[in-house]
Amino acid sequence: MFRSAPPAPSGRRRLLDAARALTTPLLPEDFLTLVDPLWSTSSLRGRVVARRRETDRAVSVTIEPGRAWAGHRAGQYVGVGVDVDGVRYRRSYSLSGPEGSEHLTVTVQEVPGGVVSTRLVRDLPIGTIVELEQASGTFTLPEPLPSKLLFVTAGSGITPVMSMLRTLDRRGTVPDTVLVHSARTPEDTIFGAELAGLAARHPSLRVVTRHSAVTGRLDPASVDAAVPDRAGRAIYACGPAGLLDALTEAWDGVVAERFTPPARAAEGTGGTVDLGGSAVEVAPGQSLLEAGEAAGRIMPSGCRMGICFGCVLPLREGRVRDLRTGEAHGEPGDLVQTCVNSACGTARIDLP
Amino acid sequence: MTATLDTPATGAEPGPEETGRVRQPQRPVLELVPSSRREDVVATTDLTAEQIEELGRRLDAIRDRVLAERGASDAAYIRDVIRKQRALEIGGRALLFAGVLPPAWIAGTAMLSIAKILENMEIGHNVMHGQWDWMRDPKIHSSTWEWDNVSSSAEWKHSHNYMHHTYTNVVGKDRDVGYGILRLSEEQKWNPYYLGNPVYNFLLSLFFEYGVALHDLEVEKLVAGEKPWSRVWQQIKSIGRKAGRQILKDYVAFPALAGPFFLPVLAGNLTANVVRNVWSHAVIFCGHFPTGAVQFGEEQLDDESRGEWYVRQLLGSANLDGGRYFHLMTGQLSFQIEHHLFPDLPSNRYAEIAPEVRALCEEYGLEYTSGPLWKQYLQVLGTINRLALPNGKR
Repeated sequence: MFRSAPPAPSGRRRLLDAARALTTPLLPEDFLTLVDPLWSTSSLRGRVVARRRETDRAVSVTIEPGRAWAGHRAGQYVGVGVDVDGVRYRRSYSLSGPEGSEHLTVTVQEVPGGVVSTRLVRDLPIGTIVELEQASGTFTLPEPLPSKLLFVTAGSGITPVMSMLRTLDRRGTVPDTVLVHSARTPEDTIFGAELAGLAARHPSLRVVTRHSAVTGRLDPASVDAAVPDRAGRAIYACGPAGLLDALTEAWDGVVAERFTPPARAAEGTGGTVDLGGSAVEVAPGQSLLEAGEAAGRIMPSGCRMGICFGCVLPLREGRVRDLRTGEAHGEPGDLVQTCVNSACGTARIDLP
Repeated sequence: MTATLDTPATGAEPGPEETGRVRQPQRPVLELVPSSRREDVVATTDLTAEQIEELGRRLDAIRDRVLAERGASDAAYIRDVIRKQRALEIGGRALLFAGVLPPAWIAGTAMLSIAKILENMEIGHNVMHGQWDWMRDPKIHSSTWEWDNVSSSAEWKHSHNYMHHTYTNVVGKDRDVGYGILRLSEEQKWNPYYLGNPVYNFLLSLFFEYGVALHDLEVEKLVAGEKPWSRVWQQIKSIGRKAGRQILKDYVAFPALAGPFFLPVLAGNLTANVVRNVWSHAVIFCGHFPTGAVQFGEEQLDDESRGEWYVRQLLGSANLDGGRYFHLMTGQLSFQIEHHLFPDLPSNRYAEIAPEVRALCEEYGLEYTSGPLWKQYLQVLGTINRLALPNGKR
């Protein structure tokens, strides 16, 4: 169990502490969540309450969060843990709903071969309980708002910007704003109709939609052609790495959000692992435990053959390779057995 | 020589190849006398080294298949057991509040006993083996689980998962042989203290969770100067903290909440803890000490191959026969052999692979020890009584 609960009011706190004496070694919520899984106060969970198909490949999933949900700012993302074939997978998705909404909404586009996106888009029953993390990310609307804004987005990069536009719409004050959005085809344009509606309601909002299957990929020159006063605007961009690289190279001051995670070294065993704050070289076929100990790290250990689970440590970044199966695995937050796993490119692991 | 139910290894004469391999233990962990009875895997079977490795590969194949099959239904199984265990605990404690009525007391105590047994055996033991770590659910994970037992999960994972499962039935290394207070092997030199063997065993079964916790202290290592006092003190504090919480919950807080019904609640909680202790003691002692289970010498561990490791686990363990609910209540330790071969496979899978393991044993001429609980337990008691006496011969 996670032993640390977020601070609660002192009266409730004392009541919880007293109740803990009755539930030790579990927490009161381990029993309360038998009734409603959302009653957890130490780990955040949510219940899927609605799904809306946006395109053939994209779905908006609305989730009722547990009490501990602290809300989000427009443009932030949220970590979601979903069980697929009994295994929990954790992914981050941009929140597409406006700030201040009671429920949270993520809009997910199916990634070919993607375990989690496929499940979310095709088959996630209403009522499913998912694990949540608090919202995070710095790609948010600045306070105070700039007088002139430019959003450049492509594909599912529209989702955090949609949250910003919906938030501005809700406040009723949309500054002078241009959105240049590129999708593959008209059918693939997430929020197409809603964007058109927003533009019709707010004369200060101009939406330029491009279809890369027809006119090719978006680039700085075509944005400049569509937005003559681009230089005077605060620029926010979200989309594939290629577009963002081109924009940040061409112009100064672009605030960019990369929704495609950096490529992982999936092949090849061995690599450099950050073990508790300093780098350790792991040779091919060498376990993380052996490499760590050879480098003088103090690491928990046990049977050294994968039986006793005395050596488990949290993986924070990257992946590891199971020396028994040769399989690369791991997501941030997974606990891995260091005695039977080697490195798989770069990774970061916390020491106790 | 193959150990069987009818011709126990205990009284057998040494073969020449075995006598040659006897070595003194390196550390005075248990007080041992030189004996020919300790076996090594090669001497215990009629198998060639190639056959042992082939058997190892076939067992690996069973393991790989189950690993590949793990999925949503296994996850649903453990979540269901956890949910039912918690519901039983709530229901049992609620009924005990009406415990002045004898039927309510009996039903409440029974439900709480079952809840504690499930929590200890099918959930705690198996979760802490990492059997459910593949689900990557932080709530059901070996590194985060804490059980309703007076030994902390961290200490227990060392003494059980590491010491016992790595050195299964190696006398002098596997501290489960005798638990440090009983004479369970003829190689433990007799002294008058052991006249009390049956009494110690009875007390151990009543207070088993305390026995398991104190087991971790490895007092004999302290006496031998191999373990610093500071470490032992740290462990005593940890046990004290855990025991204190259980005592507060079961013997103070819940009885106090019941007000005028303090005593029935106290008695029900005490009974449930004792029932759980007696049951888990019986199941665990039947896993390795019935007639037929083989003990090994430390030399077995030198350059032990994967196949030999498997054979040692096979020969050192014993199964219990029973139905589905019996297996559930033993935490599937009724499949002790399968558990020792594959300690981190999900426990709900042992029943389905047991026939395959048994068939492999038959094919390779290895004893697959199995019997009903009462029979195995009587054998264990017989051994304990017999070894109270100096020669302890049958």
